[in-house]
Amino acid sequence: MRQALIKEQAQTPGKWWRRWLRWPASSGDWVFQTLTLLAALCLVGLLVAMALYLLAEAWPSVTLFGPAFLTSTAWDPVRGVFGALPAVYGTLATSAIAMIVAVPLSMGVAIFLAELAPDWLRAPASFLVEMLAAIPSVVLGLWGLFVMVPLIRDPVEQWLGGNLGFIPLFQGPPFGVGFLAGGLILTVMSLPLITAVARDSILAVPNSQREAMLALGATHWETISRAVLPYARSGIIAGVILGLGRALGETMAVTMVIGNGYQVTLQLFAPANTMASKIATEFNEASGDVYIGALVELALVLFAVTLVVNIIGRLLVYWTVSDTSTRGQ
Amino acid sequence: MEDGQDAKIVVDGLNAWYGSVQALRDVSLTILDRKVTAVIGPSGCGKSTFIRCLNRMHEVAPHTRVQGKVTLDGQDIYAPGVDPVTIRRRVGMVFQRPNPFPTMSIFDNVAAGLKLGGLAPKAYLADIVEKALRQAALWDEVKYMLKRNGTALSGGQQQRLCIARALAVEPEVLLMDEPCSALDPITTLAIEELLQELSREYTIIIVTHNMQQAARVSDKAAFLFMGEDRTGFLVEYGDTKEIFTNPKDPRTEGYITGRFG
Repeated sequence: MRQALIKEQAQTPGKWWRRWLRWPASSGDWVFQTLTLLAALCLVGLLVAMALYLLAEAWPSVTLFGPAFLTSTAWDPVRGVFGALPAVYGTLATSAIAMIVAVPLSMGVAIFLAELAPDWLRAPASFLVEMLAAIPSVVLGLWGLFVMVPLIRDPVEQWLGGNLGFIPLFQGPPFGVGFLAGGLILTVMSLPLITAVARDSILAVPNSQREAMLALGATHWETISRAVLPYARSGIIAGVILGLGRALGETMAVTMVIGNGYQVTLQLFAPANTMASKIATEFNEASGDVYIGALVELALVLFAVTLVVNIIGRLLVYWTVSDTSTRGQ
Repeated sequence: MEDGQDAKIVVDGLNAWYGSVQALRDVSLTILDRKVTAVIGPSGCGKSTFIRCLNRMHEVAPHTRVQGKVTLDGQDIYAPGVDPVTIRRRVGMVFQRPNPFPTMSIFDNVAAGLKLGGLAPKAYLADIVEKALRQAALWDEVKYMLKRNGTALSGGQQQRLCIARALAVEPEVLLMDEPCSALDPITTLAIEELLQELSREYTIIIVTHNMQQAARVSDKAAFLFMGEDRTGFLVEYGDTKEIFTNPKDPRTEGYITGRFG
């Protein structure tokens, strides 16, 4: 149907741009088409304008530091020397912690909600998970600062440092605020997103797949792990990417618990900053073209990192899907 | 037992429900070992429900209930403490629509049942897969593309792949729920020939809407029908020849001659 429509329009005589835009040849459709086209152009225009504005604002810093901005660990407003590496590292490290904790946890929740939970529990539990996504990040940040951080400082970091202190990750003084706290607050924020998407893709697996596996003499767990999860995997990966996207860009809650350090270190207990939290913390008091330029360039880098991660994620989904249809050819 | 042949499955007073709706009432019959038994009857009379009760697949759907006795080689499959998983290993099933696992290769699809329970006999895996594919009359068509995805096959090939998958675990009984309803006549014929072959080794129970098919492939036939309350019950069970040439019940005669259903 759609194919036929496209073909018909491709053959419609008229100016090249009419064909190019698949412009309706002779009907009242053009009002609707114009409106939707304008909306689409607005979006593209906004994106381009934003990128250009960021680039223009960042220009003093871009010309001054060049590519070294990405590899420098300095951030000294007094001497006017700026580098992005600790912030990039902070963003990637906290997001990695978040994914390491959130992915297995949300997979467990999603499998439980979709496959195992009794009927009476399913709806309220799903609702609670969705509510978690609706909590404003500043509220989560307050909770993180006043409840989670003290708990991380005392039992968690004390214990890890005391018992597993030979691992570089768990060395250093237990500040409470730092990489670990940032990563864990991001876990709380990405968990409901990943769970919801994974649960929906598990629910979308046709029953015939479950029955096929059960009829072979599979246990419940074998049915889930060998028939349901493989079938749902591209949706699950998409959910993880969505969660990762949120973790990379999240600002408020992370800023409140990450401790405002600026270093590249393996020590998880150390105070840190992400690109987003660095910008949020310093934008108000920044003065001078270079200082502001450095912060805006940080935003550009964040923009680029998010873009790259999303592209990798899309490719991952594409590969797993195409892998199943062309394997061995 | 009956005709001096061995009983494989004895069904005694079987009732089945979906929620509060009763789908089957008081079905009793004896399935013979290594014979093809056809289950015929109009849509909605509980044919599928009946065979799903024989490998405990009925209870997989929510809010379902089974009452009555089903014995497999004398063992009550609904006795407390019987793990449905062990029953399903012995009683395989082929579904109405081909349902290969789309993320697995053809080889892995056939081997899927063998790999369950963590006891994959790795050394023989290739042999067993080949044997199952040969039994399902699919080997020659797929032997050079075993690593390709199962969904790359045509519908008829997919259904034979599903038959191979069910045969690979060497069940004693094979349940087939309208296995040809989504297939063209040529593929249907291939699968019917297959059934004749398989009945030397397996007890086969096939649900079908197709009267000619039931007459062609089966040794015994069970005619299910439903009353006003839409609850299915067994009208007549006997040798296929008898059912089709000399039915005892007027409802059977009416159905097979196409007067209703």
